[in-house]
Amino acid sequence: MRTLLLAGTALLTLAGTAIPAAAQVSDNVIRIGVMNDRSGIYADLAGEGSAIAARMAAEEFGNKVAGAPVEIVVADHQNKADIAASKAREWVDTGGVDVIADVPNSAAALAVQGITKDKKRIFLMSGPGATALSGAQCSPYGFQWTYDNYAMAAGTGRALYEQGKKKWFFVTADYAFGQSLEEETTKMVKSLGGTISGSVRHPLGTSDFSSFLLQAQGSGADVIGLANAGGDTVNAVKQAAEFGITQSGQSLAGLLMFITDVNALGLQSAQGLMLTTGFYWDMDDQTREWSKKFEAKAGKKPTMVQAGVYSAVKHYLKSVEAAKTDDADKVTAKMREMPVEDMFAKKGRIAANGRMIHDMYLAQVKTPAESKGAWDYYKIVKTIPADTAFMDPKQSGCALVK
Amino acid sequence: MFSLLGVPPQVLFGQLLLGLINGSFYALLSLGLAVIFGMLNVINFAHGALYMVGAFVAWLLLTYLGLGYWWALVLAPLAVGLLGIALEKSMLSRLYKLDHLYGLLLTFGLALILEGAFRHQYGVSGQPYPIPAALQGGQNLGFMFLPNYRAWVVVASLTICFGTWFAIERTKLGAYLRAATENPTLVQAFGINVPVMVSLTYGFGVALAGLAGVLAAPIYQVSPLMGTNLIIIVFAVVVIGGMGSILGAIVTGLGLGLLEGLTKVFYPEASNIVVFVVMAIVLLIKPAGLFGRER
Repeated sequence: MRTLLLAGTALLTLAGTAIPAAAQVSDNVIRIGVMNDRSGIYADLAGEGSAIAARMAAEEFGNKVAGAPVEIVVADHQNKADIAASKAREWVDTGGVDVIADVPNSAAALAVQGITKDKKRIFLMSGPGATALSGAQCSPYGFQWTYDNYAMAAGTGRALYEQGKKKWFFVTADYAFGQSLEEETTKMVKSLGGTISGSVRHPLGTSDFSSFLLQAQGSGADVIGLANAGGDTVNAVKQAAEFGITQSGQSLAGLLMFITDVNALGLQSAQGLMLTTGFYWDMDDQTREWSKKFEAKAGKKPTMVQAGVYSAVKHYLKSVEAAKTDDADKVTAKMREMPVEDMFAKKGRIAANGRMIHDMYLAQVKTPAESKGAWDYYKIVKTIPADTAFMDPKQSGCALVK
Repeated sequence: MFSLLGVPPQVLFGQLLLGLINGSFYALLSLGLAVIFGMLNVINFAHGALYMVGAFVAWLLLTYLGLGYWWALVLAPLAVGLLGIALEKSMLSRLYKLDHLYGLLLTFGLALILEGAFRHQYGVSGQPYPIPAALQGGQNLGFMFLPNYRAWVVVASLTICFGTWFAIERTKLGAYLRAATENPTLVQAFGINVPVMVSLTYGFGVALAGLAGVLAAPIYQVSPLMGTNLIIIVFAVVVIGGMGSILGAIVTGLGLGLLEGLTKVFYPEASNIVVFVVMAIVLLIKPAGLFGRER
C-alpha cells in the first residue's frame, strides 16, 4: 500500500512538473507565421528571404524554446489587404499561429493589426512603414521593428534640406504607405521651413513614370521625393535619368529604398542617391558574419526588412524563453522589459506605442568607381541616434501612450 | 497662352507626346494579338510573357555574350518567334478544333510557367538594361525634354505596325493568310501549305511581342512581372479595337495611350482604369469593337 502511494505521489510529481511546462505553451508548439509578398514587387525585399531570416533566428535556439518546438510557416498576401486579413484569421483561428511576422505593404499590415489586436496575438512588423501602425492604429501586441515613414522622412528629408534642397515635389504610390510617407515628409520639410510645390499619386505597380516625372520637372522643385517602394522606385529612378532630371539640377530622393532596389538599378543609375536605412550588411563584424550566413542560404545579401525579421523573431523567442510561456500578455511584457540586443539593433528598446527604437543610418549610394564589388553599395554618411530617429511616442497618437 | 482646366499647354503637349509613346507600345503588342486572333482564332494569353522573354533575351545576350542592343533587336524577336513556333507546333495546333477557351487556358498556363521560371531564376526586382549609346541623350522641344530613345521607339513601332498592316491587307501573302482563315480546306486545295503558314503566323505574332520587349528593355526594368503589368491593358485595347482587326489594334493602341496620358494629368489616380472604362462603354455600344465586324 505504502509503495503504491509512494509510486502514485512520484508519478503525480513527475506529471506535475512535465505537464504544466508544456501546457504553458499553447498546443505545445511556437508557431511563427511569416506573411509577405512572395511573388509581386516586394518579393525581393521581403519574400522568402524574410522566412529564411526567421528560420535563422529559430535555429539559434535549436528550434526549441520553453520546451516547445518552434515552427515557421509562410504565406503570400499578394499585396492585397483582404487576402492578408483572411489568411491572418485562418492562421489565428485554426492554424495555431502564435505570432505573425513581417507583412510589408502597410495596407495589408493595417488589416492584420486589427485582427491580431482583437485576438491577442503578437504581430512583429518588419516590412510595413505606415506610422499609423504605431500611432492611431497601434496595438498592445503590435511591434513596428525595422523602420517607419517618420524615420525615413526625418533621415532623408532632413539631410537633403541641410544640403539646401528646400522645395519638394512628391511622386507618391496611391495607397496607405505612400500617402503616409508623403505626409510625414511634408511635415518634416515644413517644420524645417521648406515648401511643397505639389504632388502626384500613381497606382501601385506602375511601369511608366514619365508622365509623373514630367509633372515633377515642370514644378520647379529642388527635390523630387519618391514616396513609393520596390519596383516602383526602381522604375522611377531609372526613367528620371532618361528624362535628364538629375542632369538639369533637380535631385531625386528615394524616401524608401532597399538594397535590392539599388542592386536592380545598378550603381550607374543609382549613384549618389541619399537614403535612410535601418540596417546595412557591411557595418561591423557581427552584421557581416550574419549576412554571410544569410547569403549562403538566400543567394543575396539581406535587406533591412529581412534583417529586421531576424531581430524581431529572435527577441520574441528570447522573451518566450524568459517568460516560460507563449501567453501574449506575459511575452509582450518581457519584450518591453528586455533590451533588444543583436547584430541588427544595439541597445534597442520598445516604446509604449510598440515602436522599436534603435539607431538608423543615413547612407549614400556609392559610385561604380567606389564600389569594390557585388553588394558594396552604401557609404554610411552618419548614424542617426535612436532618440532622434523616430517620432516621439507621445506625438504618435497611439492611445497606449500615457 | 491658353490653358485648359488650369493645365498649361506645355504640360499638355508633353503628356500627349508621352501618351503617344506608351500608345505605340500598346499598338505593337495588340497588333501581335490581333494578327494571332485574326488568323488563328487563338486568344494568346502568353503574349505578355513572351514580351517579357524578349526583354530577357536582350538582357541575356548583353550580359553573357556581350551582344548589344542592335543585335538584340534582331536576335530576340527571332528567338521568341522560334519559341512561339515550337509552342504552336507541339501544343497549340492540337486545340484548333476545340472551343477558343482551350487555347486561352493553354496560353494562360504557359504564361504562368514562363513567368514563374524567370521569377525563380532572376527575382522580381528586375535587371538593368542600358540605353544604347547612339540613342542616349535627348532633345529639348521647348515644352518638354524628349529622350532620343523614346522618339526612336515611336518611329520604330509605327513603322512596324503599318508595315504589318500593309503586308496583311495589301499583299498577295496577306491575301493567302486571310483566305486561309476563311476557308483553310479550299486554300489547301490550291496547293498552299496551311499548317506551315499558320505556324509562321503565330511565330510572327509573338516575334512582335519579343520585339516590343527589346524596345521596352532600356525604359523599364527587365523584370519577370513586366508582361503581367501590360497584358491586361493590351487585351482591353484589342477588345476595344475589335478582335482580329489589325488597323483597329493600331489605331486604338495609339488612341488609348493618348487618353491615358491625359488622365495622368487631370486625375492620375484613375490612370490605370481609364482604359477599362472605355472598354466597358465600347462593349455596351458596339460589342464587336470600334473596327470589328460581327462574325
